[in-house]
Amino acid sequence: MSVQELEKIFQDRIDSEIRIEPRDWMPDAYRKTLIRQISQHAHSEIVGMLPEANWITRAPSLRRKATLIAKVQDEAGHGLYLYSAAETLNISREEMIAQLHSGKAKYSSIFNYPTLTWADMGAIGWLVDGAAIMNQVPLCRASYGPYARAMVRICKEESFHQRQGFEILLTLSRGSADQRRMCQDAINRWWWPSVMMFGPNDESSPHSAQSMAWKIKRFSNDELRQRFVDICAEQVKLLGMTLPDPELSWNEEKQHYDFGAIDWDEFWNVVNGNGPCNKERLAARVQAHEDGAWVREAALAYAGKKRQEKDAA
Amino acid sequence: MSQERWPLWEVFIRSKQGLDHKHAGSLHAADAKMAIENARDVYTRRMEGVSIWVVESRHIHATNPDEAASLYDPANDKVYRHPTFYDLPDELKHM
Ligand SMILES: [Fe+2]
Ligand SMILES: [Fe+2]
Repeated sequence: MSVQELEKIFQDRIDSEIRIEPRDWMPDAYRKTLIRQISQHAHSEIVGMLPEANWITRAPSLRRKATLIAKVQDEAGHGLYLYSAAETLNISREEMIAQLHSGKAKYSSIFNYPTLTWADMGAIGWLVDGAAIMNQVPLCRASYGPYARAMVRICKEESFHQRQGFEILLTLSRGSADQRRMCQDAINRWWWPSVMMFGPNDESSPHSAQSMAWKIKRFSNDELRQRFVDICAEQVKLLGMTLPDPELSWNEEKQHYDFGAIDWDEFWNVVNGNGPCNKERLAARVQAHEDGAWVREAALAYAGKKRQEKDAA
Repeated sequence: MSQERWPLWEVFIRSKQGLDHKHAGSLHAADAKMAIENARDVYTRRMEGVSIWVVESRHIHATNPDEAASLYDPANDKVYRHPTFYDLPDELKHM
């Protein structure tokens, strides 16, 4: 069969919502785009553990500490599900990790911001996990089977992340004047980076049309962003706090919130490695990997020895 | 440093007594024991399972999707294997 015929069969299957599985024929560009998208997502889950891990030892109560550990552990699992999904596309785990460590592969820029106070754990759960969920739920219907299945698992686990975050903020919002100030300050710092998590405006994301046709992207960046703003603008009222956007206002005609302009210079600056924590985050990942090398080798040596003993017996 | 890597394992989980084990995902581990422990940690954190199977991925043999048409062809024209193929009167009860 010619490539054109194969491509037609492939696209027909996608159009009729039939999932593509690892051993099925797929265009090279589909494979490459998916590897980039899934591994980037996996890296984000893994790097995303760092800003929160920063507060595990200083959580204000045992309940909060247990919750935060459970959340961070979930994120490690999310990374694993996604790396596994990417591996079915014929890239090795080592190759992906090497790409992350060399800076060739990106991860979500949101994790290049520092976590300055305990309230940041609340803001991250509410806004960052909230934005992630908004992005991820439609991907449960992504055309690539292993990816969609990983997303289903992830989405099931994510909802507690957002709820525990909102609960932290709610508690602070009902506390002392200092606690309320801390709550508002965290929202102020995390709002815009969270809004940026949806990526460039539609007119500046050139690959979107192809990704939509392949159904590895289900809604445009701006659609998802608008949905996120609409929901958060209401939720923030329950906290008695505000979102740091003077232009935020309900538009009766559109039945959506209008919101202010995004600082894309900041966005690209952080993407290109110049955010407040880019170097720190990557250095922490590389060091953890290198420090763990002896464990990986020892486990292999132990497994080899056990096998020999068994064979000899 | 050794170039050998932890092999890939497929994880199957029985979610409750009486149900089949179902493929849950995969992971890397040095041996079967570690694969089971890691599977417990990543795939059953919320009581999703009562039993875990792991098998090294390289031991799994699979059909080739390109041959699906011919592979399943023998079953394709045998509608008489289904109960609805048989035309019986409505008055017939308990069948
Ligand atoms: Fe996650
Ligand atoms: Fe999360």
